Amino acid sequence: MKLNCVDFLDISHHFSEDEIMVQHTTREFVDKEIMPDIERHFEAGTIDFDLIPQFGKLGFLGMNLPEEYGCAGMSNVAYGIMCQEMERGDSGIRSFVSVQGSLVMYPIFAYGSEEQRKKWLPKLASGEFIGCFGLTEPNHGSNPGGMLTRATSVEGGYKLNGAKMWITNGTIADIAVVWAKCDDEKIRGFVVEKGMKGFSAPEMKHKWSLRASITSELVFDDVFIPEENLLPNVVGLKGPLGCLNQARFGIGWGAIGSAMAVYEAAVSYAKERVQFGKPIGGFQLIQDKLAWMLTEITKAQMLAIEVGRNKDDGSLRHQQVSMLKRNNVWVARECAKLAREIHGANGITGEYPIMRHLMNIESVYTYEGTHEMHTLVLGEDITGIPAYR
Amino acid sequence: MKICVLMKQVPDKDAALKINATGLGIDTSDLTFVTNESDSYALEEALLLKEAHGGEVVVCTLGADSSLQVVKDALSKGADRGLFLRDDAFDNLDILSLSKVFAAALKDENLDLIFSGLQSDDVGNGQLGLLIAEHLNTSHASLVMETEMVGDSVIKAKRELESGWFQWTELDFPASLTIQSGINTPRYASLRGIMMMKKKTIDTKSAEDLGLNLTPQTSTTKMYIPEKTKETVYVDGTTDEIVSKLVDIFANDIKVL
Ligand SMILES: Cc1cc2nc3c(=O)[nH]c(=O)nc-3n(C[C@H](O)[C@H](O)[C@H](O)COP(=O)(O)OP(=O)(O)OC[C@H]3O[C@@H](n4cnc5c(N)ncnc54)[C@H](O)[C@@H]3O)c2cc1C
Repeated sequence: MKLNCVDFLDISHHFSEDEIMVQHTTREFVDKEIMPDIERHFEAGTIDFDLIPQFGKLGFLGMNLPEEYGCAGMSNVAYGIMCQEMERGDSGIRSFVSVQGSLVMYPIFAYGSEEQRKKWLPKLASGEFIGCFGLTEPNHGSNPGGMLTRATSVEGGYKLNGAKMWITNGTIADIAVVWAKCDDEKIRGFVVEKGMKGFSAPEMKHKWSLRASITSELVFDDVFIPEENLLPNVVGLKGPLGCLNQARFGIGWGAIGSAMAVYEAAVSYAKERVQFGKPIGGFQLIQDKLAWMLTEITKAQMLAIEVGRNKDDGSLRHQQVSMLKRNNVWVARECAKLAREIHGANGITGEYPIMRHLMNIESVYTYEGTHEMHTLVLGEDITGIPAYR
Repeated sequence: MKICVLMKQVPDKDAALKINATGLGIDTSDLTFVTNESDSYALEEALLLKEAHGGEVVVCTLGADSSLQVVKDALSKGADRGLFLRDDAFDNLDILSLSKVFAAALKDENLDLIFSGLQSDDVGNGQLGLLIAEHLNTSHASLVMETEMVGDSVIKAKRELESGWFQWTELDFPASLTIQSGINTPRYASLRGIMMMKKKTIDTKSAEDLGLNLTPQTSTTKMYIPEKTKETVYVDGTTDEIVSKLVDIFANDIKVL
């Protein structure tokens, strides 16, 4: 069985049969259910709600979590290749799936009690519930440890005060996994439910990136959180960072999909567009761009599969995920720019997927740890000297 | 109810076909293969019937090793068991001989229904389901647009006739139906389905297993890409003359009036 995506090195043998079938089924789903309408949703700044139950039915949500919670129990590489195909469609759609699976379901699975898992995971897996993840604040992005959101102990639980910003899915979420500082200054995770008194999630409008994804503020004004909504099994910044590590892994794969989408569009445009009496693909300057893209996509694939196998066998170090996210998103960003150039004026229109991917990848470059922060992670790993502050 | 769906792997419709070195077939080295379109609708129809009435769906394919993917895809969508007919001796068989292979493989399966696509998108014989019905002495219907169960052992089939006409027929079990594309919405393989596929069985059968010794009854003498010919007809005269000549061409040559 063979992958049916860009595959210069013939890398199918690195994947198991079911991983290849995940790639096939996701690609078919994206081509038929997402591609036809994505430009319209992107332009309108809306999310296609019809997709969500389908994600659930097909098992895309939390797919690498165990079957007993309604999930597919697949490998991390299978999760990665699913993200690749989703993001070949749109980074906003992939973001939805990443947030639900890696930032909401994963912490409930990894840090939650058995009751919490049973209560929320099956509903999140089926798409009946939508979740969001609140870490970033208006004044604390790259440095989440400085967060101001507070959870003060009260009788039977906690009182939550503060605000989160840039939260994917916030407005449409049924539950929010929110990180806040407790009385002992330690960071803990809480499940905040829609409708809790004092909790609101206004949408942030006027984004020029990730337009087919909802981004929101979360505002907590004396919100009472019962004790049973505290995630009991993690204390400190390693809680949210553990989730981000899951999501970043998927983003490192997803970025390959974005790069493949613009590369494929650029190749077909270069073969068709005629200037000076021949297809522009026949000019060396264009070939240089295509050769660069294909080479970098191929290297990105190799990085992804190696990091994926390390994750599957348990030998992964988080610095490897930093390299994956940092490199692959950068590659996708550069590919989008090159594809834009190759498309000339057509490259700025919604007739081609280029500008949408180009605008989307700017968010991806920044969220889940900016490119620079991952550089610092690698820098510390190399030298042993942290340079964050 | 036990249903067998016959499915085939064919070259992707968008693939650029090249003739191979022998001049008798197509070069398959760079081709992408997909499941024959109408076969996917046949599978979906079988799965819907199984979900509504219970039973088992067996998927059967004949072809090269790569066709196993068709079986695995079907198993991951919900078929219960696979049957893979694989032998180099099957490679160049004519459709009548092929139908004998299927009949031999299916005769002891105690099937209630055999579903197949209306025709394959590559060779397009459009005969297999009907020939099997003859060998196994079952009722049959071709060009099926809709199905409906009547009791436990009768299936109603809506058939597409010429000129926008349809016909409903009732068929006693066992029956062989060839299914038209577009009659339902084929499902995607779910991830859970893919995980379950790994636990399902696929039996492989060779000519010897089936007790068959068949030789092709037809042979291909030449395979070629149609040559493009362009014939432009100039219609001259006054406006009235041009109109009447055009009407004549439309009515008698192109036959669109
Ligand atoms: C569309 C979108 C969706 C998002 N979804 C979520 C979500 O669901 N949940 C969530 O919690 N967050 C989310 N985020 C927030 C995202 O994670 C943050 O934007 C990101 O962490 C960066 O924080 P910041 O924007 O405050 O930038 P800052 O931290 O202010 O950084 C600004 C610039 O300074 C650089 N910089 C900062 N510190 C250093 C340093 N020490 N050395 C060198 N350079 C430095 C950064 O790299 C960056 O270039 C989302 C963001 C976007 C755009």
